Amino acid sequence: MSTSVVGKNLRKVDGVKLVTGGAAFTDDIQLPGLLYGKILPSPHAHARIVRIDATRAKALAGVVAVLTYKDVPRVPHTTAGQAWPEPSPYDTYLLDSKVRFVGDRVAAVAAETRAIAEKALGLIEVEYDVLPAVLDMEQAMAAGAPVIHDEPDSTKIFDKRRNIAGYILREIGSVEEGFRECDLVIEREFRTGRQQHCAIEPHISIAWLDADARLVIRTSTQVPYHTRRQCAMILQIPVSRIRVVKPRIGGGFGGKQEMLLEDITGALALATRRPVKIEFTRAEEFYMSRTRHPQILRMKMGARRDGTIVASQMTVLATTGAYGSHATTVQGNTGSKVLPMYRAEHMRFECHVVYTNTPVAGAFRGYGCPQGFFAQESVVDELAHELKMDPVEFRRRNAIRLGDIDRLSAQLGEGREGLPRVVRSCGLYQCLDRGAAAIDWERKRTARPRPGHLKRGVGVSCTMQGSGIAGIDWASAFLKMNEDGSFYLQAGASDVGGGADTVLSQIAAETLGVTLDKIVITSGDTDITPFDVGAYASSTTIISGGAVRKAAEKVRQQVLQVAARMLDTAPENLTCGANAVSIVGDRRKSVTMTDIAMQAMYKDKLQIMDGASHYNTDSPPPFCATFAEVEVDTETGKVRVVHLVSAVDPGTAINPMQAEGQVEGAVAQGLGYTLTEELLLDELGRPRNASFLDYKIFAAKDMPKLTAILAETDEPLGPYGAKSISEVPINGPAPAIANAIYHAVGIRIRKLPIRPEDVLRELRAGGML
Amino acid sequence: MKKLTIRLTVNAESKEWSIAPGDLLLDVLRREGYFGVKRGCEKGECGACTVLVEGKPINSCLMFAAQADGREVLTIEGLAHGDTLDPLQEAFLDHGASQCGFCTPGMILAAKALLEKNPNPSEREVREAMTGNYCRCTGYVKPVEAVLAAAKACRRAR
Repeated sequence: MSTSVVGKNLRKVDGVKLVTGGAAFTDDIQLPGLLYGKILPSPHAHARIVRIDATRAKALAGVVAVLTYKDVPRVPHTTAGQAWPEPSPYDTYLLDSKVRFVGDRVAAVAAETRAIAEKALGLIEVEYDVLPAVLDMEQAMAAGAPVIHDEPDSTKIFDKRRNIAGYILREIGSVEEGFRECDLVIEREFRTGRQQHCAIEPHISIAWLDADARLVIRTSTQVPYHTRRQCAMILQIPVSRIRVVKPRIGGGFGGKQEMLLEDITGALALATRRPVKIEFTRAEEFYMSRTRHPQILRMKMGARRDGTIVASQMTVLATTGAYGSHATTVQGNTGSKVLPMYRAEHMRFECHVVYTNTPVAGAFRGYGCPQGFFAQESVVDELAHELKMDPVEFRRRNAIRLGDIDRLSAQLGEGREGLPRVVRSCGLYQCLDRGAAAIDWERKRTARPRPGHLKRGVGVSCTMQGSGIAGIDWASAFLKMNEDGSFYLQAGASDVGGGADTVLSQIAAETLGVTLDKIVITSGDTDITPFDVGAYASSTTIISGGAVRKAAEKVRQQVLQVAARMLDTAPENLTCGANAVSIVGDRRKSVTMTDIAMQAMYKDKLQIMDGASHYNTDSPPPFCATFAEVEVDTETGKVRVVHLVSAVDPGTAINPMQAEGQVEGAVAQGLGYTLTEELLLDELGRPRNASFLDYKIFAAKDMPKLTAILAETDEPLGPYGAKSISEVPINGPAPAIANAIYHAVGIRIRKLPIRPEDVLRELRAGGML
Repeated sequence: MKKLTIRLTVNAESKEWSIAPGDLLLDVLRREGYFGVKRGCEKGECGACTVLVEGKPINSCLMFAAQADGREVLTIEGLAHGDTLDPLQEAFLDHGASQCGFCTPGMILAAKALLEKNPNPSEREVREAMTGNYCRCTGYVKPVEAVLAAAKACRRAR
């Protein structure tokens, strides 16, 4: 299909204000009378508040309000920004008389200046009854372990007494039978670390009452509509009394699919009747917001001698930290998006998600898949090695392909039964071919080992993801025509930096036959734009884009009708393009969009406008093949990634330049997850490295050579053939690098992040030194 | 609280501001409406608050406003001339080098300082110059491409 806007490397529609420093972000606003809010974090991992007295804090000049659990409604809820009814447990409170991790909310202050607010925190007198804490997920279910959620009113927790937030068991076929049929069975244990999102813009919310006394919350969120619904419930005011505005967002990565500050900022604004701002400091961002779920995975896979994978089984223990935000859904993905990568006849997934007195885990790009793929792709590599097959060839032989029906997804949806997943587009094999060529696989796999202490190796992994949550994610969009032939697009979608506003505008422009500059977009404002679940689950391009395309098609019909009258013909003889409507086969007979708009508005008295809603009953998987070349220093254990290739099938890339950017960014985050990033806690549950100095993310000069490849396909369920791209590439680096390390030095590292000391220990244990 | 007055040049405009002695340059610039100066960590670790002082990139969260007295400060707002963007800004747009855009002002200013000193930098030199500016979105590929392209465009224009 020939297109003129879709598939083009066009500049971001919001780009100029970003490169010129325009007032684009939540904090880029000056409000008269603004108060500064601060949250008093718990110093204890587990404690009851026996006494709390804010008298001295309130007496401090400049303090306007102090809130404790005594001052606010007690409404059990989840902070997870998910569609109602949220599958996450309702185990969280605006403020509570019990604290469950170091950093949990104890009280909140609003004051004239930040300094006064900070000083006031120290004047709140709190007497704690410190309780035994459980920090280790392997101890959480043990008899006698402290019960973290002993409150009577929390709901949807799988087993409170045993600290089990969620439990999942699904089986297809019979793995027991399957493993009996195998000539080779490998079972290994893997451990993954606690990664933090590290959006460069920390969480920030500003709330105030407008002239109509409605609560306005300007906030750095991925989920404006869910946030509005949740805040209404928590603050006990009607949804109609709240407006959530999402300006530009300085990175989300899942961390802002959480209602973290909006409720408490709103409560302070209601209490003070003044504008209030709360912004996390970088340290607070590390331990008071969210992390990726740490997991312990047991992966068992079996194959026949001919190289056919017959059975695969994954058994997971994960911790959600002190609250169950995204607990079962993230972990459900660990099974449902990972196991079906290979066409094993028998599959089994079992998972316990437990509470611990640790920072709360939540949504994070990849959403459970990075952990699962690390385990699965490592074991697949071992199987290939044992069967003396090339790892690429072995994967090619067993991987999911066009026309396959993934039965596990049918059993494992968003916290309930899902829908079967049919592969209608599959560029995986293209990804493997092009990725292998880019890394020079054949030659490097067979190259003779180098002498000396720097050993090189190459490794591969195959990963997939979804595109929206089947049957749940939905979006809407509205378009109206302006007098100059441009169109105003109102989309509920939340651009969090990935370029959604641009992609949605491109889809609208393509459908309407206008240039990109003729689309003016507003997104993510609950007063102005229609509903959208928000930016998560790789849904925006396919779901919100689907809504935009539908709305644009409806508007296009209206445009054609007006034009048909002007050109004295029938609409079906007309076509849109180049900011005009012309007769098919006779371009000279045309009217411009401007003329059409003027005709409609001032002669026909007609506002050309329409809206549409959209959802899918399937979640088409994007595919990715990741290749890594590493250099292992056998003297220091340091692993340097020399070259990383990420070949992705996103369906059609609506904006290839932006799509590549998603791949490159995901890989950078994946490299950190693999090699350097882990939030560490001490024996009392306190963060040990809550700063960029001590928690290392990749900087410009740390990056390896990086090759992003788009292996495009045409997805029937996506607008202009698009699936998704933002998440899938983050799953690949960890297993590809671990497999490359094996190729380089013959050791298997099964714990993330891969630290030099672990590599050295394994080298010694394996007799490689 | 004791106030003091500083006189400085911001984006080629003379300013006279009343500040408290402990005020950070980051806070004062944002208070004065220079929103392109971003707050990312307040520890000098992320580079989002980068501005040029006398042409040198500094983390404005690590500098007292008082230390800027009598000096020349360039923020991202001062880079374009009216609607004419700096070649770095153009290149960032053309190469898709901004995603969320939060780190972009700091990155562009760090690159600006580099190109002033070294109009023909290698990729390595660009990466070195921008390594104090964390970006969590791009993986640095497109920002580095953009800086190299801008350098080329500037050389051609000369």
